[in-house]
Amino acid sequence: MSQVTMTVNGKTASGTVEGRTLLSQFLRENLNLTGTHVGCDTSQCGACVVHVDGKAVKSCTMLASEADGASVDTIEGQANADGSLNTIQQAFQDHHGLQCGFCTPGMVMSAAALLKDNPKPSEAEIRDYLEGNICRCTGYHNIVKAIMAASGQDVEAIAAE
Amino acid sequence: MYNFDFVKPSSIADAVAALGEEDAQALGGGQTLIPTLKQRLASPTTLVSLSGIPEMKGCCLDGNTLSIGGATIHADVAADGTIPALSDLAANIGDPAVRNRGTIGGSLANNDPSACYPAAALGLGATIVTNAREIAADDYFQGMFTTALDEGEIIVNVKFDKPEAANYQKFEQPASRFALVGVFVAKTADGVRVAVTGASEDGVFRWSAAEDALNGNFSADALNGMAPDADGMISDLHGTSEYRAHLVGVMTRRAVAACG
Amino acid sequence: MPKDHGIGASPKRREDVRFLTGEGNYTDDMNIHGQAYVHFLRSDVAHATITGIDTSAAEAMPGVVRIFTGADFEGVGGLPCGWQVTDKHGEPMQEPAHPVLAQGKVRHVGDPIAAVVADSLEQARDAAEAIEVDLEELPAVVDMKAALEEGATKVHDDLTSNLCYDWGFVEEAKPEVDAAFERAAHVTTLELVNQRMVANPMEPRVAIGDYNRATDEHTLYTTSQNPHVIRLLMGAFVLGIPEHKLRVVAPDVGGGFGTKIFHYAEEAFCTFAAKACNRPVKWTSSRSEAFMSDAHGRDHVTKIELALDADNNFIALRTDTLANMGAYLSTFAPSVPTWLHGTLMAGNYKTPLIHVNVRAVFTNTVPVDAYRGAGRPEATFQLERVIDKAARELGVDPIALRRQNFITEFPYATPVAVEYDTGDYHGTMDALERLMDRDGFAARRAESEARGKLRGLGVNCYIEACGIAPSNLVGQLGARAGLYDAATVRVNATGSISVMVGAHSHGQGHETSFPQVVADMIGIDESQIDIVHGDSSKIPFGMGTYGSRSIAVCGSAMVRATEKIISKAKKIAAHLLEASDADIELKDGQFTVAGTDKSVAWGDVTLAAYVPHNYPLEDIEPGLEETAFYDPANFTYPSGAYACEVEVDPDTGKVTIERFAAADDFGNIINPMIVDGQVHGGIGQGIGQALLENCVYDSDGQLMTGSYMDYAMPRADDVPFYAVDHSSQTPCTHNPLGVKGCGEAGAIGSPPSVINAVVDALQSGGHNVTHIDMPASPARVWAAMNQ
Repeated sequence: MSQVTMTVNGKTASGTVEGRTLLSQFLRENLNLTGTHVGCDTSQCGACVVHVDGKAVKSCTMLASEADGASVDTIEGQANADGSLNTIQQAFQDHHGLQCGFCTPGMVMSAAALLKDNPKPSEAEIRDYLEGNICRCTGYHNIVKAIMAASGQDVEAIAAE
Repeated sequence: MYNFDFVKPSSIADAVAALGEEDAQALGGGQTLIPTLKQRLASPTTLVSLSGIPEMKGCCLDGNTLSIGGATIHADVAADGTIPALSDLAANIGDPAVRNRGTIGGSLANNDPSACYPAAALGLGATIVTNAREIAADDYFQGMFTTALDEGEIIVNVKFDKPEAANYQKFEQPASRFALVGVFVAKTADGVRVAVTGASEDGVFRWSAAEDALNGNFSADALNGMAPDADGMISDLHGTSEYRAHLVGVMTRRAVAACG
Repeated sequence: MPKDHGIGASPKRREDVRFLTGEGNYTDDMNIHGQAYVHFLRSDVAHATITGIDTSAAEAMPGVVRIFTGADFEGVGGLPCGWQVTDKHGEPMQEPAHPVLAQGKVRHVGDPIAAVVADSLEQARDAAEAIEVDLEELPAVVDMKAALEEGATKVHDDLTSNLCYDWGFVEEAKPEVDAAFERAAHVTTLELVNQRMVANPMEPRVAIGDYNRATDEHTLYTTSQNPHVIRLLMGAFVLGIPEHKLRVVAPDVGGGFGTKIFHYAEEAFCTFAAKACNRPVKWTSSRSEAFMSDAHGRDHVTKIELALDADNNFIALRTDTLANMGAYLSTFAPSVPTWLHGTLMAGNYKTPLIHVNVRAVFTNTVPVDAYRGAGRPEATFQLERVIDKAARELGVDPIALRRQNFITEFPYATPVAVEYDTGDYHGTMDALERLMDRDGFAARRAESEARGKLRGLGVNCYIEACGIAPSNLVGQLGARAGLYDAATVRVNATGSISVMVGAHSHGQGHETSFPQVVADMIGIDESQIDIVHGDSSKIPFGMGTYGSRSIAVCGSAMVRATEKIISKAKKIAAHLLEASDADIELKDGQFTVAGTDKSVAWGDVTLAAYVPHNYPLEDIEPGLEETAFYDPANFTYPSGAYACEVEVDPDTGKVTIERFAAADDFGNIINPMIVDGQVHGGIGQGIGQALLENCVYDSDGQLMTGSYMDYAMPRADDVPFYAVDHSSQTPCTHNPLGVKGCGEAGAIGSPPSVINAVVDALQSGGHNVTHIDMPASPARVWAAMNQ
């Protein structure tokens, strides 16, 4: 067992972990930040995506010890300071970009990482970027639309509705 | 996962020392190793993280040679751009989150028969630099999941000479998005090299017949009708050996055409 | 002008805020003080006799609380099957026992042999590795045809064969159907596979059992689409727990798609073990575990024949299907290839003579049950494929052939036992033709061909039977449950409302759409209304959510309960206004005496109901709370027409979806935004089935697609934006909302158009390909082109 300390959503968080403790476990079990979900065991579904030092990573495929000293951002830290939804979250709600909600935290975190690097992605760039985030409910239509909207693009013309 | 001790040395020497312990194993980005551990298919007593060693990170151009630290993540290689074909290859490994953890050294050390980097290393005739020696790519890959690395030996960096032209074409397996077939074509001062991943039961290989044809005439047309022998190609749910052999021909032609 | 509230509006979903901020409460997010963890030791072979289990070493390992084997469950019931099919000879289906933990034999990879309860999950896994199990392997039965051969190894020794049932429908019509084939001018025949699918909701299943020794109360927290069904099945048939001592809670559930309908061994185990260990017991499935323990879907092999007369009228249809049941009968498995499949074989067409034969087969594979659409996608796929093939054989336009044979008069009694109440198949096809830009296809094909690609266009129609279903009817058909639903409308003193519903929302947005209905009926703001679901201790006995039934059945119950509320509230208002209740009108939350300006507000009436100082106590009780149970008179029959355009790379066989258009008739629509989303999601799954997904066993019964490394899930870059249209609306005639249900349409309606498009593309390239089985993977398409 060893002690890890990281900055999670701007606050210092410490805990005792085993070597094998995954970052997703540390967040969910030690910190009770259960918004980070685990939907597979082969690093593909992306429900567990968080940001470590500003970069999107799959928290189920990173040891908690590897994040010792790092700054970690999770879905719980995404809303505005007043508690209102941030631009991406709001776009997901406005455009019905979620149904069961299970993949949603990872989708939002991936979308945030994408828009940081590419503030106005094309449809194709969004679809490509979401390769590591699986959604079973939406057929992706409204997720892609929401991310386009969050980046300030006009989505009214997308397909017939 | 079975439990293990986690250590994160900050120098190559410390890492090598830590790996000298019995059943110690190196941890690169963990994008393959951690899923393997979850299935309890490996049981190291100690994982030695290579992510805390500054000298093993980053891309550096020296003359005509690009040196990439073994612990450099795919995203950083993708962003480098010195050898566009190599950066494009890195930019299409896994997905963005995987590319923010997975490393070139981890990929080459694992030598998954469907991984992309082995094709680049072999196609560009890279030199694998370890803590102990330098290994030419032609000597490094020794069959699927098998390399010339000794126990406890780590990839410190990988050196690539800039080619005259190069391109990588990947045809993805629909589920894993690994290469069902990936072909790296490079036109170098020493001739054309064609390296194929994903296809063979022996792991990454050079398609010498295509190289011969392209050395005579570097155009996709030079490969018309050509495909490697289907014997020895992987046959599985996602494609027969005949299909893979056919795809090697298609992807090679596309890579040559894209070299311009 | 779109509505901004009530029925027909698209308010933002209220459940989204918690899901978007990480505040959802999924079962795995819950932890009960003192809980232990269970790990199931599962069979790694498909078929074997268990000759010995030695748990002694494992029991001594750190953290182990207790280890259970089949012997611990000998006094307990097995997992029940909720539907009995009677075969064509009048005999009941063969129904094997399905123990919670294997007893004597294992029958599929993943069959649980033992369960280790320990302080931590890793300790449980460690101990499971120390259990010594002696297995004597038996030949595995995997292929359905081989399973039915004389002398085949039996999956269950106590059954006469691997045949669960041989169902003929309508058996009496068979001679007439056969005669029609004799006189047909043209017969089109197609043999096809509707491959095995894995539902794969993104949230894996979870169960937590909790037991209160002081009160003798059991609680099961579980990822279920229907907590009351689980309570009934588990309480009454498996564990013998009276319902008042058993609470089943399904909190936020991360998708279901059918696979979370069923009662599973892990639920019974955790409930049982919590009492046996006197500790809460939690199980969280890994994805790998899900692949070998969640019920699978589809897995039909079918031969279909369509007979046409000289004028291209459909005169008869005949099908012969093998349907895989897997190793045991999952909860509703027998109904899927029969009553949810055979009854849909008329499709949108006035084919007068139909015979459907289905043989259900046991194999050494994971049990197969309902997956989104359940039987109806299988029916639609074969029918719409054979029609397309017929059109090609006859050289006629596939849309024209369909239109020529459309049912146009309603109600319409099909030859396969159901009566369509309404529909407008030309209307949805008209809408589709507008949406798909058929006229522009030639130019798009030319453009693709200029790039060396093949382009194809495929169209299909679908009909489905939703809103399952009249209890007396399904009872006759073998259901061992009623299929009504229930709602309690509890009006609070200040006028706000809690509606407790039997439907369960796991992505469908009930928390948003259901209040729209009640708000519309009363004329108050939707924010005054909350939906309560998913907890058997809070809601009336409802049957849950599947078969696109939530709004059609539970929504109707909610309407009935609200009508009772309004009726009583009018009496109170009449008293307050000193008028006759017959003269009271309710509009915009105001009760008014007709023809006067005398009125009283909703909130004043509700307050009077709970503070009955000035109140007609001699006539009515205080309070304002009503429950209604609604049992539908018929299924509902959504229908539609879909079109898909694909591009095929002739060098690699890779198919890409370039355009997708869907025109549906769902009757009246409560929330268009949510309906669009349901259709999008269904299409995404349908494209997944058509191009990507395939659950494969090898001949030894090993699961070859046990993770996302080999089971190809659709990703964002596998699909396009979808054009959807719901302007064609023929309201259901027999439920109060005129709604039909929309949850499964996309998954039912989309696979045939994709495959029709692929065949069209290949034929346009000169390839003599008349059919390609799903998934049309690159390897398969390439092989078809090069056969």
